[in-house]
Amino acid sequence: METYNFENIFEGKLAKNEMIEPKDWMPENYRKHLIRQISQHAHSEIVGMLPEGNWITRAPSLRSKLVLLAKVQDEGGHGLYLYTAAESLGTSRDEMLDALHTGKAKYSSIFNYPTLTWADVAAIGWLVDGAAIMNQVMLQRTSYGPYSRAMIRICKEESFHQRQGYEAMTRLAFGTPAQKEMAQDALNRFWFPTLMMFGPPDAESPNSDNAVKWRIKRETNDELRQRFVNQTVPQIEYLGLDFPTNSGIKWNETRKEYDFSEPNWVEFKNVIHGNGPCNKERLQARNTAHKNGEWVRAAATAFAKRQEEKREAA
Amino acid sequence: MSDTQGPMWEVFLQKKAGQPFVHCGNLHAFDKEMALQNARDLYTRRMEGTAIWVVKSEHIVASSPEDQGAFFEPANDKIFRHPTFYQVPDIIKHM
Repeated sequence: METYNFENIFEGKLAKNEMIEPKDWMPENYRKHLIRQISQHAHSEIVGMLPEGNWITRAPSLRSKLVLLAKVQDEGGHGLYLYTAAESLGTSRDEMLDALHTGKAKYSSIFNYPTLTWADVAAIGWLVDGAAIMNQVMLQRTSYGPYSRAMIRICKEESFHQRQGYEAMTRLAFGTPAQKEMAQDALNRFWFPTLMMFGPPDAESPNSDNAVKWRIKRETNDELRQRFVNQTVPQIEYLGLDFPTNSGIKWNETRKEYDFSEPNWVEFKNVIHGNGPCNKERLQARNTAHKNGEWVRAAATAFAKRQEEKREAA
Repeated sequence: MSDTQGPMWEVFLQKKAGQPFVHCGNLHAFDKEMALQNARDLYTRRMEGTAIWVVKSEHIVASSPEDQGAFFEPANDKIFRHPTFYQVPDIIKHM
């Protein structure tokens, strides 16, 4: 009888840049790492709907309201793609939602900051979605098939998100002095939280090693962060805005890249651990929404059962 | 833990008439009408398709990775199934 060395087959696939599919054998830690990462990614999409949803009724024009509605709907869709990708690894939707609602699971720290002005909505599209795209473009080539396929779909939809944000930002930056000031203020407040989105510095990143070894990630937090800064600085300059307060942005002629100041990693840890400006509000909003949907799920289950019985009787 | 989200469905899209239906992802829904509507909302927001199939995931029968060799390798050594295996004189056209 032929025997298989599953670990060798798995490693061999990774070495040849082949994808791992749900029915393939995989190390338990690879499975766990993916469930954690994909479910957190899904939670981020869903919680990310809240700070932007906050502005739907107050969007300054019908056009911007349509755009924002479409964007928030996309984020919901992205969450759904990702949840089913995680479910292919053997977890359930209920388990994941429960982990989110009880605060056991994390989501991107950026969504624990408030959207105080319309310029914040613009800054989120430009900076936050810009940073997310940088990460997601890399994840299109992640080693787990369903995650990669979800990322390819998401990236196709996401570039509209960044472009609409930058467009809204240009309108403010080239608008009245008050609008320009609003744009500058949003940039100042969202700059460091955006840099935090790439995760802790490589030297202190607990999950990075395995993620790169297993080709879940193909670039490190610091590499992605540097690329984001290089790409974003000319976009700030075009807007005619000042570099964000204490950002330390400066061209480095030797490295041919921009130097920049690290975000405050103590603040990052605080926000991750539940002490950001909006953590409680976000969790409460998610819990309320889930609870308010309970009767809908119960009614849909009952209806489906009745339809099934009718079909059987016919 | 029992799931309260309804069963999983697989979604197939046809970009336009005449083209094959291609698997594009999956979703939860409580019945087939809802599965179809959810598929429309989730997978065709940008005209990705003009026709949809949905099927409950539990009805899919799939081959196993362990059987890949036994299942597909027999086709490997049958190059006589390909047109290039056969010699035809150069002067013969339209073949």
